[in-house]
Amino acid sequence: MSDTAPVQVTEIPDAAAAARRPRRRSRRAVLVIGCVLTASVILLALVSLVWLPFPQSDTSGTRLEGPGAEHWLGTDKLGRDLMTQLMIGARIALVVGLGSVAIAAVLGLTLGLIAAFAWPWLDDTLSAALDVIIAFPVLLLAMLVVAVQGASLWSAILAIGLAQSAVVARLVRILARRVLGEQFVTASRTSGTRWPGVVGGHILPNIAPMLGVNLALQFGIAVLAEASLSYLGLGAPPPNASWGRMLFEAQGTVLTAPVGAIAPGIALVVLVLGVNFIADGLRDVADPTRRHG
Amino acid sequence: MSLLELQGASFAYRRGGPVVHDVSLSLGAGESIGLVGESGAGKSTILSLLLGLSAPTSGEVLFDGIPLARRDRTLMRRFRSSVQTVFQDPYSSLDPRQRIDRIVAEPLRSLGIATGDDALERVAEAVASVGLERDALRRFPHEFSGGQRQRIAIARAIVCRPKVLLADEPVSGLDVTTRIQVIDVLRRLRDETGLALLMVSHDFTSVAALCERTVVLKDGRVVEEGATGSILSSPTTDYARSLVAAIPRLP
Repeated sequence: MSDTAPVQVTEIPDAAAAARRPRRRSRRAVLVIGCVLTASVILLALVSLVWLPFPQSDTSGTRLEGPGAEHWLGTDKLGRDLMTQLMIGARIALVVGLGSVAIAAVLGLTLGLIAAFAWPWLDDTLSAALDVIIAFPVLLLAMLVVAVQGASLWSAILAIGLAQSAVVARLVRILARRVLGEQFVTASRTSGTRWPGVVGGHILPNIAPMLGVNLALQFGIAVLAEASLSYLGLGAPPPNASWGRMLFEAQGTVLTAPVGAIAPGIALVVLVLGVNFIADGLRDVADPTRRHG
Repeated sequence: MSLLELQGASFAYRRGGPVVHDVSLSLGAGESIGLVGESGAGKSTILSLLLGLSAPTSGEVLFDGIPLARRDRTLMRRFRSSVQTVFQDPYSSLDPRQRIDRIVAEPLRSLGIATGDDALERVAEAVASVGLERDALRRFPHEFSGGQRQRIAIARAIVCRPKVLLADEPVSGLDVTTRIQVIDVLRRLRDETGLALLMVSHDFTSVAALCERTVVLKDGRVVEEGATGSILSSPTTDYARSLVAAIPRLP
């Protein structure tokens, strides 16, 4: 056994660590704010599953009524309750966000890893294909998907997910290549680890924080894209109340009944800002080198 | 018989000229060889060939007298458990997202040598043998200094009790004091466990401290080979003479 006296493991003195602490605290605060904002929308969507102020297609209210005790946010030009529509819209926004991000994550991760490990010619071909998809406007892609499948919530999710998968694949390829160049990957190979083990044990954990941040950002982008599609009539068809459709329907009465436009607008900002804040905060939580000194 | 041998090996990158020409060297049990040369001499490429990470374009790598076949899983498993390595950069060779116990245990897991408590015991033993305390096991690499990280890398390399350790400039990124500590650890392991050591370096002083024999490389060719002491005292080639002359001396 060793004749060397054990070395006391000491913290590396890091003057910058103390300076980083207030910044870390502010990042934690941002994460908490993000969670609160997102949770409020999730709560709204969950409540809508068991309770709604009025039935979804109820048009019994007075047209363009202002906020009051019966209709908390007022009614739209057809006499429908705006709070009811806002709650259903929250459900749709979350479904689109999660669905698109799931498609983008699965497709993007698979394509990105293939490109990172591929022979140069395959990598070049995949990269060129990804560039084309990234350059293609989401709305145009959505129109193509809608032309094939018809306007529906699932067409919107598919179109947004496909467009985002190219962005995710590009990111995964870059990040995976960077990790592959690290000596700990070579060390892992010389330790007898096979490539699937290297991917699962080293590459995925090392790209996960950045990927998580990006997927959270993509979630916000997907919500905005769905709102745009619905605004153009390419999203969830009536009677589904999407926030984008609410904005479209309120644009003619924005001066006389502004709540119809303001409420879905604020809801969009709350959700998108919430997930963006979470994305920012996640980076700290998921990275051990940021958690310690 | 040689544990690890390079027989007339050459290597060229696909779109480049040859970087290693007809190199032969052999490493027996308990032997220590220094592979010396300046940057671009082909040292790291030779190490890559010896590690089975690249295949020579001509010539052979022999392990226990058997040609290394990367498709032969049984042979490669035996090879990996017998031949381990320590890399140059202690900041890049440890996965920043894994705790030390997981990093050091990787060869045990991957090669199916030990799991659970048995693996933990062997990890603790390896970490102790490089002079680190047990509480290091639950920490992350960034909590350690460069020298401590290199000790952890050595612990990972010896945890499966290999017969050969290939070290790629293991002390070149360290300050002088830490360099001496890491050389001491390697020397003790070599003496106590009979570990065969091949050390790649551009620094003759580190090689002189650890290796009985030295192979001098220039432009991918062996230009001089012999006992380290005799190369240091009376190098026969101009190139070896210039390397020896470059060793820093006190005024």
